[in-house]
Amino acid sequence: MTAAIDLATVWAFIIAFAVFVYVVMDGFDLGLGILFPLFPAKADRDVMMNSVAPVWDGNETWLVLGGGGLMAAFPLAYAVLMPALYTPMIAMLIGLVFRGVAFEFRWRTTAARNRWDIAFALGSLLATLAQGVALGAILQGVHVEARQYAGGWWDWLTPFSLLTGIALMIGYSLLGATWLVLKTEGALRDKAYRLSWYLLFAMLAAIATVSIATPFLSIQYAQRWFTWPNIILVTPVPVAVAAVTALLMRSLSQKQDSRPFVLTLVLFALSYAGLGISMYPYIVPQSITIWQAAAPQNSQLFMLVGVAGLVPLILGYTGWAYWVFRGKVRAASGYH
Amino acid sequence: MLSNLDPIVLARAQFAFTMSFHIVFPAFSIGLASYLAVLEAIWLWTGREVFLNLFHYWLKIFAIAFGMGVVSGIVMSYQFGTNWSGFADKTGPVIGPLMAYEVLTAFFLEAGFLGVMLFGLDRVGPRLHFVATLMVAIGTLISAFWILSANSWMQTPAGYAVNSDGQFVVADWLEVIFNPSFPYRLVHMVLAAYLTTSLVVGAVGAYHLLRDPHLAGPRVMFSMAMWMAALVAPVQILAGDQHGLNTLAHQPAKVMAMEGHYQSHGNGAPLVLFGLPDQAAGRIDYEIAIPKLSSLILKHSLDAPLAGLDTVPRENWPPVPITFWSFRIMVALGFLMFGLGLSSLWARWRGTLFDSRPLHMFALTMGPAGFIAVLAGWITTETGRQPFTVYGLLRTADAASPLAAPAVGSSLLAFIVVYFVVFAAGVVYILRLMGSSPHHGEQGPRGDLPARAAGITPASGVAGQGVLS
Repeated sequence: MTAAIDLATVWAFIIAFAVFVYVVMDGFDLGLGILFPLFPAKADRDVMMNSVAPVWDGNETWLVLGGGGLMAAFPLAYAVLMPALYTPMIAMLIGLVFRGVAFEFRWRTTAARNRWDIAFALGSLLATLAQGVALGAILQGVHVEARQYAGGWWDWLTPFSLLTGIALMIGYSLLGATWLVLKTEGALRDKAYRLSWYLLFAMLAAIATVSIATPFLSIQYAQRWFTWPNIILVTPVPVAVAAVTALLMRSLSQKQDSRPFVLTLVLFALSYAGLGISMYPYIVPQSITIWQAAAPQNSQLFMLVGVAGLVPLILGYTGWAYWVFRGKVRAASGYH
Repeated sequence: MLSNLDPIVLARAQFAFTMSFHIVFPAFSIGLASYLAVLEAIWLWTGREVFLNLFHYWLKIFAIAFGMGVVSGIVMSYQFGTNWSGFADKTGPVIGPLMAYEVLTAFFLEAGFLGVMLFGLDRVGPRLHFVATLMVAIGTLISAFWILSANSWMQTPAGYAVNSDGQFVVADWLEVIFNPSFPYRLVHMVLAAYLTTSLVVGAVGAYHLLRDPHLAGPRVMFSMAMWMAALVAPVQILAGDQHGLNTLAHQPAKVMAMEGHYQSHGNGAPLVLFGLPDQAAGRIDYEIAIPKLSSLILKHSLDAPLAGLDTVPRENWPPVPITFWSFRIMVALGFLMFGLGLSSLWARWRGTLFDSRPLHMFALTMGPAGFIAVLAGWITTETGRQPFTVYGLLRTADAASPLAAPAVGSSLLAFIVVYFVVFAAGVVYILRLMGSSPHHGEQGPRGDLPARAAGITPASGVAGQGVLS
């Protein structure tokens, strides 16, 4: 029995890891799409596209691993959550279809380029909003009966889920802006610095609002954060958020290149850890724990072998691909 | 209006629609990735520029097709949860790991090296770039391995047990992965992908040869494609025959539906060439049949008895008309492909491969045949599995999500609208690329850094690349 407990926990961390890698990697390229309307010049948009064109596909693959891994390791959670999140999931998929093809299509036509730029921006916006709403809907809990989703078709839509949707849009935009700081130069980079400032303040407001609202969703969340001795264990998280924010502000005012992006990633990691602290050990909050949802041990073990052997390899060649395309993207280079 | 419809019917329509759109892109990109690897290898080996030009020409087309395959594939990976949560819950412990391995061993490999393949020739040099191309090609094949293993398990489940929650759990992973129909299905699908690609490449070559039979690029691609068709089409017919025998052994009702055998035949079953299946009455109307041939093909004996759907409980009948017709379309196209391969051999022997207008017209017409055959084959095998999701064990009705019809109906409508807009545009862009012939100094998807593009392409020319409208 102890072995089963360990495996489910291990897999909870693996899924959480895959989703987090997805969030930070696709986050910045979705963020670029959300920022697209603020950069109307074709040359700027070309640079923005080229800064992610070689890597976006790999970024998005983590979403497939998150979903596929959830089905494999916690099939019951997957079977309950997906119908509960039906509308946001379909919206996300449709958003991802539009933005994914825009990477290729906008180079293949002059007449319709603007239309594919709009598709890229709206697709990114829709996918991000849907992911944020889905997160909020998971946090507020879903109605489960007899191993099935038993709620209504609009349960996901609440002020709280809209709040998390907007918060994620702000967060991805900040990732996108600091990515631009890293990958561009000249006027485009200056604009990205300015945007990063505004977006950082918006993100802090979003983190604060979501953090204040979450404990009101359920007594369990409140107890997790505000009872003794938990409060000692969790206090470092908000303290670290404050410290990282200070560092991020300093790096922005000193116009540093790579640090704003890295520190934004750390902010994401801290927010994500906060979510984990709230939810654990539930995978469907207040209904299903990771142990109840876990696939049989031999399924989890079989995959664990693959994950242990292959994920380091994947991270290795993914890192290599980023290395190959390192450095600033210039407007003059990289036209299709 | 939507609430009058059965949500399961709508969910099936949605799966069939999104799957039909999806499958043509992987079928094309499996073959094209291998073709690109071959082209680059020959270029590295011989240094002949025509192969590099062809590589860059097909690379742009690959980029679009691959992108559409990826985005429609992400949709598929989430459909199991959104529309088929019963399936996800019950088969997750078996199917989930197979698909997780597909992501880990194939999708990441393809996606990780795709960027270098598309944009990195100048950055990493030809040899490392060839490694990237090879990785993408291998990734597409590994992907086919896992997804066909999962699909085959749904057709011929093996190596499983059922636990107290009604979930399928794994007793033996090797039996699950290498289930009885998997080898046949994998070979049949990969050959189909290669044939599909060779027909497209051949049609593009033929199109340009019809306009100018002296173009170097089109001559090379047409010749390569016709060799491929001539060699693979007959092998595919044999593989299909073996796959059919395997299906007869494990999914007899599917073969009865494919053959249109509503009735059992005690003394040699006829091969129904044409006819109109009447599912309600359980008979084929206006039948044209060759006596005893079905028994000969399936049992290798003229007088062997063959059971019909009258031996199967009515509630377990697959929908015969769809299976019957899609099977005939696939087989007919397969023989046409065989005919094209033979014609090309004949023309080659006579020395008219690059001048024979009828052959070029034939090849041009056959360009889309692979896609249609793949779709028809897919429909045959998936419809023939009905009314089960896991053959004989999990009924489709028990695999569906507890969804309301309006939810499924509106998402189906959304997918139809979005797919037609997006994929129509993609096909237009691909056809436009195909409409111009590969030329000297052909650039990849990113005509990056003109100074190194052999020093011959001015920056203005690079910026204009591929902007055709």
